[in-house]
Amino acid sequence: MTTATAETIDDALLKKRLDKAMFRSRLRAFLLVSPLLLFLFVAFIAPIGYFLGLGIWDSTFHNHMPKTTEALRDWNSISEPDEKMYAALVADMVVARENRTIGKVATRVNREKPGSRSLFTSSARKAAKLEAPFKESLPGVKKNWNDIAVWQAMKTASRRLTPGYYAAALDLKLNSDGSFQRQDEKRRIHMILMLRTLQISLLVTLFCLFLGYPIAYLLATLPARTSNLLLILVLLPFWTSILVRTTAWIAMLQSQGVVNDLLVYFGITDDGSRYSLIYNKLGTLIAMTHILLPFMVLPLYSVMKGIPPSYVRAAKSLGATNWTAFWRVYAPQTIPGIGAGAILVFIVAIGYYITPALVGGQEGTMISNTIDDHMRKSLNWSLASALGGVLMIVVLTLYWLYDRVVGIDNMKLG
Amino acid sequence: MSNNPLVRFQNVQKSYDGKILVVKDLNLDVEKGEFLTMLGPSGSGKTTCLMMLAGFEPATHGEIYLDNQPINNVPPHKRGIGMVFQNYALFPHMTVAENLAFPLEVRKMSSSERQERVKRALDMVQLGAFGNRRPAQLSGGQQQRVAVARALVFDPDLVLMDEPLGALDKNLREQMQYEIKHIHENLGVTVVYVTHDQSEALTMSNRIAVFNDGVIQQLAAPDALYERPENAFVAQFIGENNKLRGTVTEIDGDDCVVQINDEAFVYAKAVNVGKKGEQSTLSLRPERVVISPNPQDVQNMFEARVLELIYLGDHIRTRIALLGREDFIVKVPNSANHAFLREGELVTVGWLQEDCRALDA
Repeated sequence: MTTATAETIDDALLKKRLDKAMFRSRLRAFLLVSPLLLFLFVAFIAPIGYFLGLGIWDSTFHNHMPKTTEALRDWNSISEPDEKMYAALVADMVVARENRTIGKVATRVNREKPGSRSLFTSSARKAAKLEAPFKESLPGVKKNWNDIAVWQAMKTASRRLTPGYYAAALDLKLNSDGSFQRQDEKRRIHMILMLRTLQISLLVTLFCLFLGYPIAYLLATLPARTSNLLLILVLLPFWTSILVRTTAWIAMLQSQGVVNDLLVYFGITDDGSRYSLIYNKLGTLIAMTHILLPFMVLPLYSVMKGIPPSYVRAAKSLGATNWTAFWRVYAPQTIPGIGAGAILVFIVAIGYYITPALVGGQEGTMISNTIDDHMRKSLNWSLASALGGVLMIVVLTLYWLYDRVVGIDNMKLG
Repeated sequence: MSNNPLVRFQNVQKSYDGKILVVKDLNLDVEKGEFLTMLGPSGSGKTTCLMMLAGFEPATHGEIYLDNQPINNVPPHKRGIGMVFQNYALFPHMTVAENLAFPLEVRKMSSSERQERVKRALDMVQLGAFGNRRPAQLSGGQQQRVAVARALVFDPDLVLMDEPLGALDKNLREQMQYEIKHIHENLGVTVVYVTHDQSEALTMSNRIAVFNDGVIQQLAAPDALYERPENAFVAQFIGENNKLRGTVTEIDGDDCVVQINDEAFVYAKAVNVGKKGEQSTLSLRPERVVISPNPQDVQNMFEARVLELIYLGDHIRTRIALLGREDFIVKVPNSANHAFLREGELVTVGWLQEDCRALDA
């Protein structure tokens, strides 16, 4: 039996021995975090993955109308539908009615061609009694079955892997031949919402920066007793429920609210023409700026706390005025804090939901409110997923841009 | 006091909280071209004085003059005083050259002159090749040199240094002491330097102001400060010192006799004692104590027991028990035929009357 001497140990062997030596501690570390990993997977990664999948995968039509799907596959989307396709459709409708799945199918096709829902539900009721040739008998029930657009909608719906929802999220329409076209002007709502969401988030970030910078500066430079008190004033709203703070703003800003009462009292406006400060974009901006302010103040504060006062003193001793010392020496050193605060506020703002829902009215709602609408009211989870996906892509792109321009390493969260 | 000092503190007081005076009635002149060090333990008011001179702290009372102009109401950036801070305060987001150009830029100097001066200043501190580095990429000693260069680049008449070498290790600190001293000599600029390190103060200064408790205890040249301390604090703070406490029993001009522990009488030089019967602290440098002296040569001679011997190469530090104290230190020079002592041995020690200074209690 030979033992490996120092000269014969090659890299692979050394690596193997190291792995063996480290195995127990790695196993222990893994076991310690495994409950959290499991929880994250079950409660976070899996649902999000599933939902993102919904945005490009819809098997409703494929599962419930198998024969029609088969027949539509060979159809070129232009020629007149033939008897085989009609027969498959009728056969599927009979089964779907028995299984009570025809409603789902109708909803699915209705998304591709609005107004076609009743076509399915009413025709399915009579489908069992129809006789061949179906190409004549089915349009006898509803003559819309002669409309080639219905068949094109069905062909689009029959694809399981579909870019259609993402197209819809970008105000595009997926044609049955796989090409895209822009939605009709009056149906282009998502891009407007997306732009508005970006605009509100950007404005909220800017307001937070302008309001938060002086506060953070005071916190960092005042004596500890005073600054601790101020810090509590910053944190107190942070610990209060968002719902409470938002409703407080309703009490403040509504037309019979505190602010308008004061304006009337001081004669700035008269009782008849009170300002609309809430249930519009202004209300969303005010409430969100207030709620997100701590996210800007805290990283700024922690960065400013780390800047010794000797820098500004040095600048002044070298002949710089207060103004120059601030802009040339102090402000550049706070950029990591500005970056961290701005990115925090912006990312939280862009997905903000409850405040715009409560105080946004018509013009102050954001993309997340529409996503919520599709989740809970129209039950179009696939479109909700696609909108969420687009939002995520936008955020990641901005994050990437930020990294290129400012650098993530420059960010300091605390 | 000369008639034309560069800096004059006149009855300056400073309090931060309105209750305690950190600086009590300071009067101090700094001559042109002088290297003056404010030396003292922390909390003695020396940094406060420097900050008042730089303009970062207002004086509560009194007036500070720079070039005969009162400057209490002149903001820091108009005083034209260069300053080196404790942690250098080099701007981290600027390169070394940008740091040096900053004071020139705010003085609206032309770009060519800026470059010229920055280059000269960098060469002065032997960092000519480092202009494009960031401060974080330099070692502590190099940062220190940049800070000195930045404080000098705009040719101020006065440069303040606030414990600038505190963050460096011992060897580098000593090297930098000489460099700063030489820069001062070459440029003829006036330097006010703050430190708590007495050897640093002795190495570099023309004059040292020893601060304690908001008051200048003594203002003198380094040798005078060491050889002729005027009170017990200075004697204890500068260099090593043996203290003996006792009561004055006789006083006659410069001579006095102090009784220690009701037993021994010590002949001392009366420097800072009142009248007979008052308490006094005797100050005696360890190197002035002679082992087994010739009785005719010394006025004071006592029996002592050797407690501890520490070999330090050039001398042997000897701790002896004398006149009731067990912390009496004698430095035995490692010369050709010095006394060889053993721990526990009984020896006679003695010293001259003039080496033993009777100071305040």
